[in-house]
Amino acid sequence: MSATTDLEADRLARATVRRNARNRWVAYITLSLGVLIFAFPIWLTVVGSTHDASTIGRGDVPLWFGPHAISNYVSAWLTGGEATRTTRSVPAWVMLWNSLNMAVLIAVGKIAISLLSAYAVVFFSFPGRMVAFWLIFITLMLPVEVRIIPTFEVMVNLGLINSMTGLVVPLIASATATLLFRQFFLTIPDEYVEAAKIDGAGPLRFFKDVVLPLSVTNIAALFVILFIYGWNQYLWPLLIVTDRDLETVVVGMTKMIGNGDAQNEWNIIMATAVLAMLPPVAVVVFMQRWFVKGLTETEK
Amino acid sequence: MATLSLDSVKKQFGTTQVLHGIDLQVADGEMIVVVGASGCGKSTLLRIVAGLETASSGTVRIDGRDVTALEPADRDIAMVFQNYALYPHMSVFENMAYGLKIRGMKPAEIRRRVDEAAQMLEIGALLDRKPRQLSGGQRQRVAMGRAVVREPKLFLFDEPLSNLDAKLRVQMRAEIRRLQKRLGVTSLFVTHDQVEAMTLGDRLVVMHQGRAAQVASPMEVWGRPADTYVASFIGSPAMNFLAATLEPGGGAAALKAGPTIGLTDGPRAGEAGMPLTLGIRPEHIQLGEGGLDLAVDLVEPLGSETVIHGTIPGGETLTVRLPVPASGIGAVLPVILPWDAFHIFDGASGRRIDPA
Repeated sequence: MSATTDLEADRLARATVRRNARNRWVAYITLSLGVLIFAFPIWLTVVGSTHDASTIGRGDVPLWFGPHAISNYVSAWLTGGEATRTTRSVPAWVMLWNSLNMAVLIAVGKIAISLLSAYAVVFFSFPGRMVAFWLIFITLMLPVEVRIIPTFEVMVNLGLINSMTGLVVPLIASATATLLFRQFFLTIPDEYVEAAKIDGAGPLRFFKDVVLPLSVTNIAALFVILFIYGWNQYLWPLLIVTDRDLETVVVGMTKMIGNGDAQNEWNIIMATAVLAMLPPVAVVVFMQRWFVKGLTETEK
Repeated sequence: MATLSLDSVKKQFGTTQVLHGIDLQVADGEMIVVVGASGCGKSTLLRIVAGLETASSGTVRIDGRDVTALEPADRDIAMVFQNYALYPHMSVFENMAYGLKIRGMKPAEIRRRVDEAAQMLEIGALLDRKPRQLSGGQRQRVAMGRAVVREPKLFLFDEPLSNLDAKLRVQMRAEIRRLQKRLGVTSLFVTHDQVEAMTLGDRLVVMHQGRAAQVASPMEVWGRPADTYVASFIGSPAMNFLAATLEPGGGAAALKAGPTIGLTDGPRAGEAGMPLTLGIRPEHIQLGEGGLDLAVDLVEPLGSETVIHGTIPGGETLTVRLPVPASGIGAVLPVILPWDAFHIFDGASGRRIDPA
């Protein structure tokens, strides 16, 4: 009796081991496929940025690195390639600097504004509070593209064309972030507010001393998302900036691709693309440590 | 050191009247416990004193100064919350120092006060920790410490012990009492636990449906409850209530269950046949022949004593607490209800009736 039971248990245990191994293989194969699909274009870009213009210009798509990495990157960084008859070239460092400025200003601005508006909506009771909240909420349904013509006109009338202000301000309000902070603030126990009242902390003091420190992890997470949102902006910068010294890298890159007058310097374009990918990656890597640390340490 | 006086404090939320006019005079250094079931308005009362709610009408005076319209911070009070409300991102020291820092006190003075309070509460070694690194009892002490460093006129406690386990609760209860006596700070303590109330309070305010049913010392509340609600709320197991009617002359009451009880402390005013409620505490009922026969339906052994639930002739339930072991209790228990142990209440209103 006991012997057969043991045999049966043994058989089942071995079946489980086999099944686990099979499941693992399936998982790895699926993941590898996914990685291949996502990573292949990036691989091509990285590899392409190390060849000379004529290799890619011939239509060859090299799969391994070439010898021109340093010269391509130096040229992209310092000059942005050769100027053509119609457009002058802009060095990558200028475009990256502009993009960085814009993305940081948008992310910081969005966070500051939505923190304050969520704070007002959650911790104060004033007439029209819910109306204000719903008005903010409704703007969620109106992305930049929908209101781009009137926004453009306003910016023109304010004389903000071709300025960093004009680039950033229309993108700075954020219903999503306001909503997110509101939900988070609702989880802050009333007792903290009351304890602070008894301690004598006014509203701004409470905001600075209690609400902000408690929101750090949320702010970090949002910063990552909003920075990338800002970095990837295309349509608005394309419209509002015509001065090439204010060009962002996402827009600038598309302008590097010519209209057929001259051969495209694909090697330079790809080097610029690689450079353009680095800051968002850096932000994700750096901030991730931050908010994972925050997440594991937070406790109510 | 201060007095507190409430003058017909009322509170309405919308159409719901939560407090129906509370009057209370608290002497300097007194510990008042506000006790009642949930929803009786005790927390609202405390929050009105704290300034976290505003009274719909009436006045609150601390040390003779009308504070009804003042912000909590301007009332010179300190409050200990049920879940302690320690700021999670601040260390114990910062938590205790926060109120002082906001008031612009010098760092050296803050340090001195916090160290002193921490030593008194035996949390000196924890000052650099964050609240999440503390046990429940330690958090409780920090919350107390935060109140103590302020050296306020008034301590307010909002059920501060209810998040602790039973053993710790008993220990902290004694500590709060010792601390309050030592500092001599006038205190208002809200709880739903009658044992806490009895052990902590110089006087109790028993709240019932937005009214103060009785304001008296713990022994007075236990010995001479003002109405059937107070009588049933204070004491464990709860007082037994038996229906009865007043005999002609007011010197005796006929129980619905049969026997007539002589009112030993004097006759009551009232017409013959007036309905009464007679209360008797389970611990005052004795074992013996010549009284009532209790049909036992539940025996709860507590070691040195036994609580017995049963019914008496007429169908009313009776709880008896006997200083005997549970073994040997049969299906029917003869019990005697001593006449002088009865509390006499009006059968209709539930108010206590004292001898005329």
